Amino acid sequence: MKRLLSGNEAVARGAWEAGAVVGSAYPGTPSTEIMETFALFPGVYAEWATNEKVALDVVVGAAYAGRRAFTAMKHVGLNVAADALFYVSMTGIEAGLVIVSADDPSMHSSQNEQDNRQYARFARIPCLDPSDSQEAYDFMITAFTLSEQFDTPVMLRMTTRVCHTSSPVEVSEERMTVSTERKYPRNPGKYIMVPANARRHHAWIEDRMIKISRFSETFSGNRVEMRSAHLGIITGGIAYQYAREVFPEASILKLGMVYPLPVEMIRNFANSVEKLIVLEELDPFIEEQVRLMGVEVFGSRPTEYPANKSIFPVVGELDPFVVFHSAVAAGLLPRSQGDEVRWKEEKREIRFVDIPDRPPVLCPGCPHRGAFYVLHKLGLPVNGDIGCYTLGMTSPLNAMDTCGCMGASVGVAHGAAVAGDAERHVAVMGDSTFFHTGMPALLNVAYNQSDVLTIIMDNRVTGMTGHQDNPGTGKTLQGKETVAVEIEPIVQAMGITRVKTVKGYDVKEIERTIKGWLKMKGPAVLITREECALLPSARKRWIPLRVIPGLCNGCTLCFRVGCPAISQSPEMDPVHQRPLAQIDPLLCTGCEICAQICPRNAILLRSQVEMETSGDEYAPH
Amino acid sequence: MPPINWNTFSGELSFLFVGVGGQGIILASDILAGVGLKLGLDVKKAEIHGMSQRGGSVLSQVRWGAKVFSPIIGKGGGDFMIAFEKLEALRFCDYLKKDARVLLNDGAILPIPVIQGEASYPTNTQIVEALSSITRNVVWVNGTRLAEQLGNPRLTNVILLGALAQWLGLPDEVVLEAITERVPETYLAQNREAYFLGNHLPISQM
Repeated sequence: MKRLLSGNEAVARGAWEAGAVVGSAYPGTPSTEIMETFALFPGVYAEWATNEKVALDVVVGAAYAGRRAFTAMKHVGLNVAADALFYVSMTGIEAGLVIVSADDPSMHSSQNEQDNRQYARFARIPCLDPSDSQEAYDFMITAFTLSEQFDTPVMLRMTTRVCHTSSPVEVSEERMTVSTERKYPRNPGKYIMVPANARRHHAWIEDRMIKISRFSETFSGNRVEMRSAHLGIITGGIAYQYAREVFPEASILKLGMVYPLPVEMIRNFANSVEKLIVLEELDPFIEEQVRLMGVEVFGSRPTEYPANKSIFPVVGELDPFVVFHSAVAAGLLPRSQGDEVRWKEEKREIRFVDIPDRPPVLCPGCPHRGAFYVLHKLGLPVNGDIGCYTLGMTSPLNAMDTCGCMGASVGVAHGAAVAGDAERHVAVMGDSTFFHTGMPALLNVAYNQSDVLTIIMDNRVTGMTGHQDNPGTGKTLQGKETVAVEIEPIVQAMGITRVKTVKGYDVKEIERTIKGWLKMKGPAVLITREECALLPSARKRWIPLRVIPGLCNGCTLCFRVGCPAISQSPEMDPVHQRPLAQIDPLLCTGCEICAQICPRNAILLRSQVEMETSGDEYAPH
Repeated sequence: MPPINWNTFSGELSFLFVGVGGQGIILASDILAGVGLKLGLDVKKAEIHGMSQRGGSVLSQVRWGAKVFSPIIGKGGGDFMIAFEKLEALRFCDYLKKDARVLLNDGAILPIPVIQGEASYPTNTQIVEALSSITRNVVWVNGTRLAEQLGNPRLTNVILLGALAQWLGLPDEVVLEAITERVPETYLAQNREAYFLGNHLPISQM
């Protein structure tokens, strides 16, 4: 039966049917739903690990123990897990091991753009690159087979577009038999990577890649679609779809395995067409190797920086429009063909009006807002981190100076402090980031005693990726009750004595604490704790606040908290002729941050709204 | 546009769902993808999760056809736009073909620059005027207000789907089946009501 599945759902389904019994991951867009979906299947163990490196070690452990296992992570997750990737490539495995790497071309939700096919070549492992949900499902199953056939971890490389596109998938509904009988396979010569063993293994994995390269010549995922011999396109992954869309007449060599490449197949294909191009997203990964084979590829490479591609952009996500216009610019396609108007670049005068930007913002009721309001007010340099709270950078809060990768905040702030920056640096990260890579960085601050003020914004959940559990929440991925790890004792155990926990909505106490600590030397950690306002338990407490028109004089101070629920009303203050504030009752959660800031007590507090609705009179506070 | 015979349809249609995170856009596009599959067509539905959910612009794309390759439409490739938020219709109108059809929900969610007083929100007249260089096939639906009248603003998406189904002449039973597959049972009656409300709207331009 055909089901409409997203690429992520298809990967999870494929893993289950292939008999994978262990899955471990850290959430990260666009990969998150893979492990969330896998966790729902019967007879599997699936977990959120503290970070991607831990997750990969976990599934390596399962595969060493003779059980099929996999991990899934966003592209930058593999940077964290790279150390583990390289040793497991060297050792090989006992049962199938698959590493799903979800790249994010155009950085819809990422800090950098990278092409993780490069990791497959770097670590000497095969890489499968599906172009739709059906292939994501099929290739996931194939990946486990290949892994065992060639004694290697296999990368299944996804991209945002494949992860988050739904298309019909034919699934088998049956699961392969899962072995449970085996004793732990002891083989220290294979699994202990001391230099003597590792030297032997390096030669072995180079030989392994030659074997897989030979296999790829007959691999069913690599296929030639002969149409017109005028133009031949080598392509793989999502770019295959754009090739079919934009070049319906062209012959195509569709590579399901993008590393290692089938050399003979490529040569034969090149010989069967008049003109050969390579269509791939991001790096010229295939193109470079094809050129290295001595095969002629149409289009001259830019001489200033030969690592660039000749026809299609190296930056950003492709789409039919981009592919079409790149092809036109290279002289491969005419600008217009008869009545064909698709992707035609028309001069469109639609700008009769300015279209205001709609940048992502901290949600109404976001518990991070209070601390960022204070940081903005105090004007301190803030080193940020990866999570919802990165949005503390947005106007009008503008309370962030740097943000690089998971856990970077504390190290970067420490670096500025030890370099002698006279201003007190504040490092900001969330609870999940603290558990991910924040802990070693904070330990470094404690050990080396720098004057970094760290704020851990604990909203009791992994927020940005869509409310995943983490070690602090008391629940596992599969919904089991577990220990809710406390942050304070961890920080104290590091030897940091200045530790305080404040409610996230308590703007005044946050300000008082930070101001007090600015006068003192040494590390300090402020934990601002408040549930994410979008959690079901928090939603139950929503009470929309209201502006008292007689008291508001349009001073605009409440607009500076950057809450989407507060806006300028059409009504004007009679004295100053300034627009009064209004609160959208559909958006407001009643966090009271604006009410605390209002100098004229013109915003009703929750208790006053409740009193009002119960019929009692209220008095301005 | 002449009515489409869905039993024999073998062409291609590309839909853009635009709006702001939290408006139920993903569910609406899921349902429309399901409808395509039930009509015996190949279907792809593409969306972006993550950062764009946090009050940012949301774009979900559904493509129907005998065989669909690219999941994304690309500029100048869209046949239909279902705009949950008026400003977002303008933001993504480059993705429409000339004379494409636009279903415009008369609802505004003010972006921060507007709230801050740094930018102004266009009027309905300005929006239609701006769209007119691409298409005049614009139909307004008061989805948000109608949903509030039904007692649940979250029904806006299914009201808009109802209006779209009317515009396309889709068989009710197919759309309702797709809704049933994706909506929790407790909300089913509400959603049916919302669908028919949108489906029976007197819209002269249709």
